Amino acid sequence: MQVVAALLCGLVFGAGLAVSGMTNPAKVLAFLDVAGPWDPTLALVMGGALAVSAAGVALARRSLRPWLAETFALPTRRDLDRDLLLGAALFGVGWGLVGLCPGPALANLFRPSGELLLYVGALLGGALLHRLATQRPPAAASVSAAERS
Amino acid sequence: MTIAGFTPLAGLLGGALIGLGSAVLLLANGRIAGVSGILGRSLFPERGDLAWRLAFLVGLPAGAALATHLAGDVHGFAITGSPVLLVAGGPLVGFGTQLGSGCTSGHGVCGIARGSRRSIVATVVFMATAAVTVFVMRHVVGGA
Repeated sequence: MQVVAALLCGLVFGAGLAVSGMTNPAKVLAFLDVAGPWDPTLALVMGGALAVSAAGVALARRSLRPWLAETFALPTRRDLDRDLLLGAALFGVGWGLVGLCPGPALANLFRPSGELLLYVGALLGGALLHRLATQRPPAAASVSAAERS
Repeated sequence: MTIAGFTPLAGLLGGALIGLGSAVLLLANGRIAGVSGILGRSLFPERGDLAWRLAFLVGLPAGAALATHLAGDVHGFAITGSPVLLVAGGPLVGFGTQLGSGCTSGHGVCGIARGSRRSIVATVVFMATAAVTVFVMRHVVGGA
């Protein structure tokens, strides 16, 4: 059931990206370009998304558990560490160069062009690099610890 | 300042749909609808944690295709960056969102909706560096 729910949520989310125009990098870059002819649409997309999402959060806070899962899996950290700031800064530079953040990059895959596939491949490569650099050693360590016990 | 290409109603409606997908994923599955997080943790998934991630990720292009089919391609789709920019920008987005634990959806929509201080700061930072990057590329370098 959780898989079906996730698929439906992805469908609605992806439809929202297309309806809002955030699937077009030119439109996103026109928002980010505050010195050129300015397209404020992205701010309204964020506003509309935040309003509905915040209503969901308010409902969730009054729930003991999710409809289909045992617990809410929510981030608990509150510290502003170097990784958060550096990661966000690097992401912003890449986003500014191309105009496609991860959601719209994937949503556009229904009309794959060579350029889009090149970009998504490069994006996946960057994510994979981070996973290899950080996730693998602890995962390997925990497996070997489990094997020893 | 001139305003160009502003589509407020489509923006609000699309935004509300993005928010709805995020809200239901939280209420139903107890999960954050952060695309970079869902994508990143599907690369080396924990046991039993992969199927819902792939289902959500497959839903994104399927939903975008459906909406474009029903409503028409209102906004168009044009990648203006050169291949060099794509190969430079992709890894920055991929690596940066993993290092910074989120992107426009996870921090910008879900995190701010939860009132997360980390997400508010991250969103301000990536919006700022993105705007500076566009400014440099368009108005200083001028070749983008």
